Amino acid sequence: MDLSSYMAVPLGLIMAPFLLGVINRTKALFAGRNGSPLLQAYFDIWKLLKKDAVYSRTTTWIFRLAPAVCLASVVAAMMLVPVAGAAPLAFKGDLVFFAYCLGLMRFFTVAAALDTGSSFEGMGASREVTFSMLAEPALLIGLAALSRLAGSFSLSGMFGSLSTSYWLSAGPAIALVAFAILAVFLAENSRIPVDDPNTHLELTMIHEVMILDYSGPDLGIVLYAAALKLWVLGALIVNIFVASAGVMGMAGVAVFLCGMIILSIIVGIIESVMARLSLLKVPQLLVGAGAMAVLAIILVMRFVK
Amino acid sequence: MNLMIDSILVLLMLAGFLLLTSARLTTCIKIAALQGLMVGLLPVAACGSVLTYRIGAIAMVIACMKGLVFPYLLSRTLRESNTIKELKPYVGYTASIFFGVLSLLASFWLDSRLHLPVAAGSGLVIPVAFSMMMTGIFLIMARRTAVNQVIGYLVMENGIYSFGLAIVRDVPLLVEVGVLMDMFMAVFVMGIAIYRINREFDHMDSDQLNSLKG
Repeated sequence: MDLSSYMAVPLGLIMAPFLLGVINRTKALFAGRNGSPLLQAYFDIWKLLKKDAVYSRTTTWIFRLAPAVCLASVVAAMMLVPVAGAAPLAFKGDLVFFAYCLGLMRFFTVAAALDTGSSFEGMGASREVTFSMLAEPALLIGLAALSRLAGSFSLSGMFGSLSTSYWLSAGPAIALVAFAILAVFLAENSRIPVDDPNTHLELTMIHEVMILDYSGPDLGIVLYAAALKLWVLGALIVNIFVASAGVMGMAGVAVFLCGMIILSIIVGIIESVMARLSLLKVPQLLVGAGAMAVLAIILVMRFVK
Repeated sequence: MNLMIDSILVLLMLAGFLLLTSARLTTCIKIAALQGLMVGLLPVAACGSVLTYRIGAIAMVIACMKGLVFPYLLSRTLRESNTIKELKPYVGYTASIFFGVLSLLASFWLDSRLHLPVAAGSGLVIPVAFSMMMTGIFLIMARRTAVNQVIGYLVMENGIYSFGLAIVRDVPLLVEVGVLMDMFMAVFVMGIAIYRINREFDHMDSDQLNSLKG
């Protein structure tokens, strides 16, 4: 075991906010602006951590507990995702555990939003739950298709045995899974076709509205957890492409990191060329992603006897 | 080569899903045109390395008809009417995708029960053909505008064509041309019908024709 096999979690913890910088820089480039520094998310989080928190009198302990639970559950999810073929934690069926770590995070974000008693936040919570109800089947069915293909029921085993020969025999199915997970990735992280991360106080936002009442260190933790979630779900997509190349060790870590940065640039491009979908269209996008995942699992069951 | 035909088939299925979700008629026509082009390319992908002039020519003609001529006729009809999008379909778009997924499952199940002899290079052709036929019939039933119904008919025909390709592989040229002529006539007649409906009633909502019944 060399150093690279311990890299998965520290790499994510350190590099996650950097992806936000890359996305924003790409968008700025498209808009012809200079844009914020690449490390802006770190500055924001650091600034927030030094401040004091203000709590509304209507909130209870749930509101104060939620940021910690979010951070803990997303770190737990991060431990399952392999980087360069090695994850700190792997067991049979951990892909279900992965999905429900993110589910726990979402549950506490929603519960805290409802805890504030604000009708505005309740609206965002209702949207978040509606959309994730449609996004979760797409993610789980997509992962199930991959695990059927690779014949392993854990994330590490799944990505570990994904090689170029699978691309030749079942390429369309893997590509479909990648697209389905990309749609889930954009929806779950409140990126543009579903939600605009830059809009505060608009009637169509989802994630930003749920965290309106947080301030100071709590807001910092919530933002950091959101960045980690972006990293974790993005790592799934990057692993689909990178794991089949089979690069191990420190070179594998470097390739993975490049993949994450390319993914952020792609997200930036998507956000620059697309407008946000109207709220009624979002379920169609997510159900479409689910349909792609179902198609992928049917194809996989055909190809792999 | 197997990868190529499989990719085409998956794209055909995705085009079916897109047709079920899009409301804007010009988009529907474009997707149907793309689907027609891909169906036209299917025989070239299926024959592998033994590409004869005959197969190439048939593929060219079919791709041209389905990918260029029919969409052109349809979009001309659309230009003359004032309809831009399907406003009130009988079945909503999200429910339509659910139907698409169900039809996909049903067609794979049907294929596993039928044990048809497959001549084309991929076992996926028959289920995809079934699902295209079902999607086409569904579009005819679930949409109000006449243009969308014609598109449903074209999708169904695409399904039947690829089914035939999978079963017999070498359709005689005369049959091929005859089918194409029929389709051309059908789209032509439907175009005229849409034009007449549109001129008489200022819209092309075929549901309103029910009120003509005594």
